[in-house]
Amino acid sequence: MIELHSIRKAFNQGHDNEYWALDGIDLHIEAKKVTALRGPSGSGKTTLLTIVGCLSRPTEGRVRLLGEDISGLPERFLTEIRRRRFGFIFQQFNLIRGLAALDNIILPAYPTGRPRRELLDRAEELLAGLKLGHRRHAKVEWLSGGEQQRVAICRALINDPEVLIADEPTANLDTHLAGEFMGILEGLAAQGRTILLTSHDPLVVESAVVQRVVDMRDGKLLSSPR
Amino acid sequence: MKLWLAKQRYLIDFTLASLARRKARNLGLLFVYIVLVFMLASVTLYTHALRQEAARVLAASPEVILQRMVAGRHDLIPPGYQERIGRIRGVQKVEGRLWGYYYDAVTKANYTFMVPAENAPAAGEIIVGPALERARGLAKNNGISFRSYSGKLHTFIVAEVLPQASELVSADLVLMSEASFRAFFDYPAGHYTDIALSVANPLEVRNVAVKLAAALPDARPILRDEVLRTYASIFDWREGIVLALLSAAILAFGILAWEKASGLSAEEKREIGILKAIGWETGDVIKMKFWEGLLISLTAFLIGFVAAYVHVFHFSASLFEPVLKGWAVLYPRFQLTPHIDGVQVATLFFFTVVPYAAAVLVPIWKAAITDPDSVMRS
Repeated sequence: MIELHSIRKAFNQGHDNEYWALDGIDLHIEAKKVTALRGPSGSGKTTLLTIVGCLSRPTEGRVRLLGEDISGLPERFLTEIRRRRFGFIFQQFNLIRGLAALDNIILPAYPTGRPRRELLDRAEELLAGLKLGHRRHAKVEWLSGGEQQRVAICRALINDPEVLIADEPTANLDTHLAGEFMGILEGLAAQGRTILLTSHDPLVVESAVVQRVVDMRDGKLLSSPR
Repeated sequence: MKLWLAKQRYLIDFTLASLARRKARNLGLLFVYIVLVFMLASVTLYTHALRQEAARVLAASPEVILQRMVAGRHDLIPPGYQERIGRIRGVQKVEGRLWGYYYDAVTKANYTFMVPAENAPAAGEIIVGPALERARGLAKNNGISFRSYSGKLHTFIVAEVLPQASELVSADLVLMSEASFRAFFDYPAGHYTDIALSVANPLEVRNVAVKLAAALPDARPILRDEVLRTYASIFDWREGIVLALLSAAILAFGILAWEKASGLSAEEKREIGILKAIGWETGDVIKMKFWEGLLISLTAFLIGFVAAYVHVFHFSASLFEPVLKGWAVLYPRFQLTPHIDGVQVATLFFFTVVPYAAAVLVPIWKAAITDPDSVMRS
């Protein structure tokens, strides 16, 4: 589904502090599978995730989505692809404080101009699916960490994307909540979504839900044990 | 089009929610903004209405007033002048006027004594202006005495009080008959204070003035247009003084707006990053912030302008009255005729709403073009 060819990514290019976060990545991410990127801090997992999710462009190399080269597209088109095809679950959840759970969930759909009723119905359905319907009008800062993450998952699903991208999804959760998250992930995988996540949490990478683990270090792929 | 409208509605919804989330800060800004628009609009509305009022009043005044000068000072018109003017071509009507000032020690104010061209009161009677009515507690049929400059006491009966509507020009007016006026001031018979001339053709006014100056070298013709110009420049000058004083307020607001706009809080920057990451385009973020700026500035403009309108036309601009109306012991009390000039409103709008909207946009644009992957690194 997503093919990466000779991906390199530099920060502060041309300056004294130039740094290559990714250095020659070749990877094929299969559709409808759960893939985990594993590696220590600074290994380039998150940078790779941003390139796959159209949040940034590679300095060198090609990214193909469903066979189409998207690495050279202008920002406007990348945004459109990101909105339509990808849903994001951030490590810090990145919800907008002061807004209710429901309002946070429908935010990614605003630029689509879809009818409000339709959005609210879909958001309610997603919240009910994650057993959070009773908290729909609560401001997100009043929610617990686990509840916030479930709101973030609902937000990632509002535009019904094919690919879900999760950055260190269990980093801010205790073991019990991390287990719950894996349960949710299993359900999403069963729906046939492509899931790409980064983690060094054994609970995640050693889970049966994860079908493939890609190891990274110093901006390079090490191996693909599973 | 429908999709575009739906998108704008969502952006405005989000903007309103954002404004509500930072209530204290935005209300503070809105308040300062309203006060600024209120002050600027009050000054411009008031001076504009005064200019209109002056023009309206002067529209009925004679085209030319002729004053005789002696050593550069205004002197009485001696007998025979009116006859000499009457022969100048283009002059329709010549009228000798009698008026003078009287200082009343009781109210410590100057009154204008005048003989009206028509409907003059009977000898021994006077018609007074509304300010004088208030200052001396007069009513119809009351008697009042004035000591003339010769030391003699003259008693008059108030035949009438002038209507409130004319107060701008008649506040301190005392109208009397020619006989009473001449007796009170010991005015020599056949002499007049000045001469009012009516000229039928407005294009002829300047020619008549030139002819008058040639025929009566010791006299000075004053044209109505010149009087209007003088009034206009006085009001302009006063408006300028108030605006100069307000410039400090405008500057302070500018600094506040710039600080507010350029000093996007870390929370706001983070939100912009999140919105971009979840699929908002740079243009959506800019549009959203544009709506925010427009909503604040439009609200401030509307509230400020309406408050200024009420202040000027219902409360007689009580805050700026002393500066804008000029100095007098007997202040006229009057309601200005409500008058709004489209160009004036547009100018005020341009100088209050547009700079704010622009000041807000530049820093927002800078924040909006940040890479969407920044949220992954925070």
